[in-house]
Amino acid sequence: MAKRVGVLALQGDFEAHERAISRAGAEPVQVRTAAELAAVDGLVIPGGESTTMLKLINYMELWESLRAFCAEKPVFGTCAGAILLATEVLNPSQASFGLIDLTVERNAYGRQVDSRVVDLEPVAEFGDRVGEGPVEAVFIRAPIIRRAGPGVKVLAEYAGDPVLVEQGRFLVATFHPELTKDSRVHQLFLSKI
Amino acid sequence: MILNVLNDPNFKVKVGLAEMMKGGVIMDVINAEQAVIAQRAGACAVMALERVPSDIRKEGGVARMSPVRIIREIQEAVTIPVMAKARIGHFTEARILEALKVDFIDESEVLTPADDEHHINKGDFTVPFVCGARNLGEALRRIAEGAAMIRTKGEAGSGNIIEAVRHIRTIVKEMRHLTILGKEELVHEAKLLGAPLNLVEWVAEHGRLPVPNFSAGGIATPADAALVMQLGAEAVFVGSGIFKSDDPEARAKAIVKAATYYKDPIKLLEASEDLGIGMAGLDISKLPESELMASRGW
Repeated sequence: MAKRVGVLALQGDFEAHERAISRAGAEPVQVRTAAELAAVDGLVIPGGESTTMLKLINYMELWESLRAFCAEKPVFGTCAGAILLATEVLNPSQASFGLIDLTVERNAYGRQVDSRVVDLEPVAEFGDRVGEGPVEAVFIRAPIIRRAGPGVKVLAEYAGDPVLVEQGRFLVATFHPELTKDSRVHQLFLSKI
Repeated sequence: MILNVLNDPNFKVKVGLAEMMKGGVIMDVINAEQAVIAQRAGACAVMALERVPSDIRKEGGVARMSPVRIIREIQEAVTIPVMAKARIGHFTEARILEALKVDFIDESEVLTPADDEHHINKGDFTVPFVCGARNLGEALRRIAEGAAMIRTKGEAGSGNIIEAVRHIRTIVKEMRHLTILGKEELVHEAKLLGAPLNLVEWVAEHGRLPVPNFSAGGIATPADAALVMQLGAEAVFVGSGIFKSDDPEARAKAIVKAATYYKDPIKLLEASEDLGIGMAGLDISKLPESELMASRGW
């Protein structure tokens, strides 16, 4: 039976993640309520505006159910999702789930005119687990990981900063693998479920 | 074809930001104070303006790009993306906005057009553009010029949803029609639509636009936002509807909730509780043709 992977569909590019999850061979499910969250095996927190997502989490009182889910199940955050999963957020400081030992600075490359597509050379272990070759990375008003704790494994860097990292069942990308055809990063997440 | 926008890597970055705004609400603001209220309510972006459309309508005169000072103050006040409007065809206003590093430019019929035949060649810019459309042909012409996001025109500043509904229904119906046609029929259809064949073929194959498809022009309540989203819009722009109501922050929050829970009547009811009086609104059928903004654009 296909793994059921939730995509937090409060705001952002959740449909792009659904398509990426399907390409990687699992079943995507939109999650907007605690009941929908309870029915999935893992969760993707997509790109979008982290401030908007935080408002909706508060309005809908989803904070506790998300925290309980994250205490047991695998979670993958991209861009805004990375910001929500980090232990510390800068520029400005804001609330987060604090699940992966990172300090993340929002909008750290600048505004949209500074957004870009680059090819990353992931570490050898990434290639061993999901296949070799460069990863096309789309950065959109992206955050920068300013500090990664000792328990965090860096899988790829760009310009000296970690951009793809994991810690146990948590995976974080500051770029958007869901916006490309390459499904290896999503496969890596599925291997945790 | 000399330039196929769909294969341009820079286009992926532009459409990427539009993707990030899906399920969200983009709010018109005229100063930093309103921008902060919009961000606090959960807006996924703000549109920096000198006057909201209903005031442009009332006061008349030539409506131009916002003063630089206002845009800068708004950029400094919020962390969410800041959009700004340029006049149709006014590529130097657009270059100034790009130099100002706005995150998105709206080449907008709400401002007085600068060119009555041509739109801006948007593929030439690094900054992404959104453009209004009333039908599929207009949407695809704008995408051919490089637009990374389409929104319905609706009728800005009217507080009346009928035109936005007409436009989203028309675009969705015309896309659906393409998906059942044979390849040779698409050539004829491209001629009727006045749109490039490669984009017509793309829509026929995928059943959607190659860029996000949002709605604008007349959204004033949570129910309006949910209506256009159920009809196929992927996010909404709210102009005069928020700051021309008597409870801007509460209304802004309510529309943010509605854009996420647009299919859930109970949550829409909750979002609609305790709202005051919305903006007054206009009967569009009683407006003279010369006052309609939606007919601007070619």
